[in-house]
Amino acid sequence: MRLELIKRGNPSQVLRFLSPLIGLALAILTGAIMFAVLGKNPFQALYVYFVEPLTELWSVHELLIKAAPLILMGAGLSVCYLSNNWNIGAEGQFIMGALAGSIFPVLFTDVQGFFVLPLMLGFAIIGGALWALIPALLKARFNTNEILVSLMLVYVAELILDYLVRGPWRNPQGMNFPESVRFPSFARIPELMPVDGRANWGIVIAILVAIGIWVMLSRTLKGFEIKVLGSSPRAGKFAGFDAKKMVFFAFLLAGGCAGLAGIIEVAGASAQLRPTISPGYGFAAIIVAFLGRLNPLGVIVAGLVLALTYLGGEAAQITLGLSDKVARVFQGALLLYILACDTLIHYRIRFVRTPKAVGSAADA
Amino acid sequence: MLESILLTIATAATPLLLAALGELVVERSGVLNLGVEGMMIMGAVGGFAGMILTGNPFIGVLVGVALGVALSLLFGFLVLTLATNQYATGLALTIFGLGLSGLLGESFIGRSSVRMPVLNIPGLSDLPVIGRLLFGQDIIFYLSILIVIGVTWFLFSTRQGLKLRAIGDNPQSAHALGIKVLRYRYLAVMFGGACAGLAGAHLSLVYTPQWTENMTAGRGWIALALVVFASWRPFRVLAGAYFFGAVSIGQLHAQALGLGIPSQLLSALPYLATILVLVIISQNRRLTLINTPASLGKSFVPDR
Repeated sequence: MRLELIKRGNPSQVLRFLSPLIGLALAILTGAIMFAVLGKNPFQALYVYFVEPLTELWSVHELLIKAAPLILMGAGLSVCYLSNNWNIGAEGQFIMGALAGSIFPVLFTDVQGFFVLPLMLGFAIIGGALWALIPALLKARFNTNEILVSLMLVYVAELILDYLVRGPWRNPQGMNFPESVRFPSFARIPELMPVDGRANWGIVIAILVAIGIWVMLSRTLKGFEIKVLGSSPRAGKFAGFDAKKMVFFAFLLAGGCAGLAGIIEVAGASAQLRPTISPGYGFAAIIVAFLGRLNPLGVIVAGLVLALTYLGGEAAQITLGLSDKVARVFQGALLLYILACDTLIHYRIRFVRTPKAVGSAADA
Repeated sequence: MLESILLTIATAATPLLLAALGELVVERSGVLNLGVEGMMIMGAVGGFAGMILTGNPFIGVLVGVALGVALSLLFGFLVLTLATNQYATGLALTIFGLGLSGLLGESFIGRSSVRMPVLNIPGLSDLPVIGRLLFGQDIIFYLSILIVIGVTWFLFSTRQGLKLRAIGDNPQSAHALGIKVLRYRYLAVMFGGACAGLAGAHLSLVYTPQWTENMTAGRGWIALALVVFASWRPFRVLAGAYFFGAVSIGQLHAQALGLGIPSQLLSALPYLATILVLVIISQNRRLTLINTPASLGKSFVPDR
């Protein structure tokens, strides 16, 4: 038995829509098997993981807190991937954005007032964008591989954060804990409905940005340029589109989004800098982008799904004693399944019985 | 002093060398596997678990290699049989491997291991300075050197090696000539997985004989950079791996001396060096254009 791919005349639009759903179903099935192997009742575990977090209001708030950075970064990364720029360093851009935005509450403590928060958001966008500018510049100028550079800069950003919260930015009254001061209320992102839970305006910002990017992609010439340069660089050149400018555009946009996500995280739920400020949001955002079909509206849904895996992971750890690593295995498996299912958009799959004697037909 | 520094450099360089050599063969066949980090960390957890459960580090090595190959087969099934996007699939493999290794390794945190025994070559290992470096090492070190020679010989002196390189440059033509493109690519991908698994096992059994989550710390990615840096040539990978080994050991020594430089800055040096080296190499368009396998990263679906 062998698999054979047969090209479809036209890509299947139905499967383009169904593929992530099939992938999600397969990932959940894999999750159930994994729970059974770990000695848990798979139905109970799945319930705790994917349903229970949605049954209580405070927990839905937590979901929105986690979804905000994922949606923001996923939407930005979609533009990168559509234009064939492989930015995988959103995690680093997230951290640098958080650091740049935190300058005000941590260093300039005299600066107080309603204008501080907008300044923080602005600085965070610039910080994230500048960190993304490095791989963009090196790619456009020296033809350096942007995948490796953007990833290396994640490690560098993590080390910078570690240095700052253990050294110069440590809270002097913090009993030597590696933490910054807690941000004062004017430097915090206001909560949406403080009576019910902690969710803040970050999720609203994230959804607005995602819609904005969707409008840009689907309704403007820029969006057309992004897609043409991504799918057919040669055609883009004939149309007079500048591939180098696109490198900068895509990276700066994604970096800005990631930076904004960073400050929303630290000025939102956590209210201070710690040695680790992200449970891998920047990498999960890659999955969000693909699960959302590189379409910012899809990314909003995908961001909520991935946020649920984080939340479910925490819930399963508390109620079932399951390892929180399960969430990451699930996320990785989900991306693998989606990619495999995407093959069905362009190809039909045929199972061929391998002939025994006829040599040429069996050639792979 | 010099001897011990050279020894630690070799220990730091060996996993980079192994992972990069495996990836070199994969990329020569036209496949880009960004999942090196994921396969390597699975090799590390497999190596350590195998050693703890059996008490035998050699079985640990075998388990590590087996897990590396298993992950590479998953990658191969997706990018070769299902023709998925190689960039995204490799990334997915890394995310998956990092997660799964964390889950599998949870019960092994904090346990210490039996270090791989050293194989002294009688007479030669007593030579001053270079004796222990070249002739008094663990078996994985010797293997890594043998693989450099073996890969060079295979790629440039055998018919199969020539076919593999032809596939990497132009799979359509190779297919038209009757070469089994996907079979070659599968074998190359599996070799890459075995090497990455071996590299990971070296990390958890020799370099730091313990298991910690994410202990590869980007080495898989540095190995990917090494392949570019070496312009797809095995002996240049050897030189590059030892250069990076020296950088990472150098920064550890500088941290121990406490020169007043923040330790985080020193820890960042290997990553910054990677970026710098990539910039220098990629500036030389001629070098990269000649050596880059022409079909690198592109899917191939045989027509029938």
